[in-house]
Amino acid sequence: MLSFLGMESLDQLFAHIPASVRLARGLDLEPGMSEPDVAAVFAQYTAANAGQLSQLTCYAGAGAYDHEVPAVVKMLGSRSEFVTAYTPYQPEVAQGVLQAIFEFQTMVSRISGLPIANASLYDGATALVEAVNMASGATSRQKMVISSGVHPHWRAVVKTFARGTGHEVVEVPLKNGVTDWGSVDASDAAAVVGAYPNYLGVLEDMSVAKSLASAHGALFVVCADPLAAGVLKTAGDWGADVFVGEGQPLGTALSFGGPYLGLFACTHEQIRRLPGRIVGETVDSNDRRAFVTTLRAREQDIRREKATSNVCTNQTLMAVTAAIQLGWLGTEGYAEVAARSARGAHYLHDYLIQINGVTPVSTQPFLREFALRLPRNAGGVLEDLVGEGILGGLSVESLAGASDPSLEGDTADVLLVAVTEKRTRTELDRYVDVLAKVLS
Amino acid sequence: MSLPGGRAASAPLLGHETEPTIFELSVPGRSAYQLRTTDVPAVALSDFIPGEHLKSKSVALAEVSERDLVGHFTRLTHRQFSVDLGAYPLGSCTMKYNPKFCDAVAADPGLNSVHPGVPASLCQGWLELLITLETKLCAITGMAAATLQPAAGAAGELTGLLLMRAYHEANGDDRKRILIPDSAHGTNPASVTLGGYDVTTIPSNDRGLVDLAALKAALGPDVAGIMLTNPNTLGLFEEEIVEIAAAVHEVGGLLYYDGANLNAILGVIRPGDMGFDIVHMNLHKTFATPHGGGGPGAGPVAVSPRLVEFLPGPRAACRDDGVYYWTTPERSIGRVHGWNGNAMVLARALAYIDVHGGEGLTRVAQHAVLNANWLRERLRDTLPAAYDRVCMHECVLTATWLKNEYGVRGLDMAKGLLEEGFHSPTVYFPLIVDEALMFEPTETESLQTLESLASSIERLAERAKTDADGLHHAPQTTPVSRVDEARAARQLISTEDAAQR
Repeated sequence: MLSFLGMESLDQLFAHIPASVRLARGLDLEPGMSEPDVAAVFAQYTAANAGQLSQLTCYAGAGAYDHEVPAVVKMLGSRSEFVTAYTPYQPEVAQGVLQAIFEFQTMVSRISGLPIANASLYDGATALVEAVNMASGATSRQKMVISSGVHPHWRAVVKTFARGTGHEVVEVPLKNGVTDWGSVDASDAAAVVGAYPNYLGVLEDMSVAKSLASAHGALFVVCADPLAAGVLKTAGDWGADVFVGEGQPLGTALSFGGPYLGLFACTHEQIRRLPGRIVGETVDSNDRRAFVTTLRAREQDIRREKATSNVCTNQTLMAVTAAIQLGWLGTEGYAEVAARSARGAHYLHDYLIQINGVTPVSTQPFLREFALRLPRNAGGVLEDLVGEGILGGLSVESLAGASDPSLEGDTADVLLVAVTEKRTRTELDRYVDVLAKVLS
Repeated sequence: MSLPGGRAASAPLLGHETEPTIFELSVPGRSAYQLRTTDVPAVALSDFIPGEHLKSKSVALAEVSERDLVGHFTRLTHRQFSVDLGAYPLGSCTMKYNPKFCDAVAADPGLNSVHPGVPASLCQGWLELLITLETKLCAITGMAAATLQPAAGAAGELTGLLLMRAYHEANGDDRKRILIPDSAHGTNPASVTLGGYDVTTIPSNDRGLVDLAALKAALGPDVAGIMLTNPNTLGLFEEEIVEIAAAVHEVGGLLYYDGANLNAILGVIRPGDMGFDIVHMNLHKTFATPHGGGGPGAGPVAVSPRLVEFLPGPRAACRDDGVYYWTTPERSIGRVHGWNGNAMVLARALAYIDVHGGEGLTRVAQHAVLNANWLRERLRDTLPAAYDRVCMHECVLTATWLKNEYGVRGLDMAKGLLEEGFHSPTVYFPLIVDEALMFEPTETESLQTLESLASSIERLAERAKTDADGLHHAPQTTPVSRVDEARAARQLISTEDAAQR
């Protein structure tokens, strides 16, 4: 091949690169290894991960949950036609991904109760950033009024990106686990952002936030658990203009935090500001049904510096997997997972709060997750529980820092406990016994 | 010469009917799901959740059996081109073959069943993996430290711009503008706007490179920095990079390296040595994540020493006694991801780097560049290069003469190539080239495959002379023919419910 180019060495291909800054001796990396040798190195990493679920019963949540993902979803979702395709720029040979996304959009639309859903964003936190940017574009305002019931990491991410957009972020404190909307000035707000359930698990009356948004002409953004709509009202039912969610519970492994799945849905009014890709139905030149990415004029490669979002790569593979998982669950299974998770959570909650010194952070209704104040540091209690094979939840301090407007008082003693449909009564009973022993 | 392994024209994409949607396949009462037997008392939800929250009727989803579910999604995969099926020379996108080993790593429960919020004591292996990857990415790019949080290239760009902003603000420096060449990816200017800066576009010169005189004229004390892709989106190396870096640094600006094309220079030259201060890497392009139909990716950002204190947190760190922990730099710009970034993509990248090693990665770049130059030279008389000289990992060719002579456009050639059993190149990008066709063969396609690709393109050029109309209507052998994009945009049907079947 070199002689075809009239060259004698590979180096000649790079002769036009200034010699003064070229690498003289190659990269400072170890020599390559065979796959089995690399597998042995990785086995050391995995051996050092004491938190893997083969060793612990999981009660950790905060947006990332240990749900059943069956073999059929794993196998279909890992088919190489889905895994090794690029963004569907040539629709004639990308109908598989395009139709799967169309079905995904339909499912997200239904569980959000809003008519327009996109083809996915990176994760819940960055989806919320896109939502507040959309609100700013829709209202020409800069102020974001955000409940501190929104996951602390999501609020942190919104604040990071506000450094660039110049948005003002107002965090609304919680009282007894419920957003104290009256405590802040929401005039001139671009967005009023609530969470359903909030990150402490509490089901708030979202009509209060909706009224506030309406009164000030702000968009109403609801961050919702995508499984909640199996039994609870949807974001759309509560009057949301925008729904964002973390789609991990829909078929994605815990994966140490990613890749996850940013869910985004909105009303027809906002469609010209929709971030990311959207798939639409049309016909081909032979009048057959076909799918294609559409409303492309919004996107960064066409709008460039006038674009309202820079999103290009998204999380399509997780979106396709979510469509398969929701296909597997069906109407009944989707509701059943939410209901079973809720029943398990209430069963556990009602026993745990009988343990001496354990009190609920909020007395308000919840779905599948709840926060408890313990008689001592939650991080220490978690370590003790791990010794008994239980990942007992997450310490709120590890999520939100030493103090946070979501909690009256400090966060160090607060434990966040999540229950999924996978937890058996035997496991739940054992958690109660072990926590009682650990705290005694 | 033997027959190519990369041509997919034998793929039996059977039939020309459409696949029903999963909702059309739905039969009331049918189901596939099975859940664990838990023995948790089946109390009514209304016993503990007030009615104002409960939905009277559950959300309707499709109702199918497992067999129907598998049939449906398997048939969809048969309507989808992929790298594993055949050559995918989609310029700028680096659709190389990725070792299956990397997929297996990402499927290991020892990595993927770890909750992202566990205490550091429960994820020591993950923290070690992340630090190891960070160290190797820094060795590859010539930088001091990196954040692994950004989930994609564009997220990395915006993170890098926020780092730039934090740096200038810490120096009490209120700068307004970012310079971007006219050949840049669209994400660059979009990210600049979201970073709170104004874009100043720098024209390319007649060699397809940044016009140094125009760049110098645009520089001033209000310039925060420049974003460059090198090699640029024309597949050409910015030969005056040392002069560019000196000029930007002279006015106190920073240099941002868009790592979309990093695969071209692995082991040959490092962004840090060229003078860049901030580098994002598209791990999914250069280091083995096969893109998943549009994602996920991962876009780590590496920086020079003066920017380390601003990196997003938390970051993995190691104590003297070998225990790993999370830490956030004191002047950190904050989080840019809900958890720890696209961790499984990061693990794949480390596996890919370990298998290749330093020399293997260098070979990746050398062979990617060799393949692109061979294809450019081989097609010299059929589709001439927009800039006729040695290119890097991709070549931008032009179909202008076919348009002028026969009315066959670049898009027609791209669609015709689908009938030949190859994925299309990128069309009409970069915007500054007329009838652009951007080919990136990657290092993983063989000479036989490249020869076959070139022969197909020659056949199409011949066909243009006699059957231009046929090419206007290509492809016809694919699951669908050309789609009516205008109709999709005019009457938006983005869900089954909007379709009103």
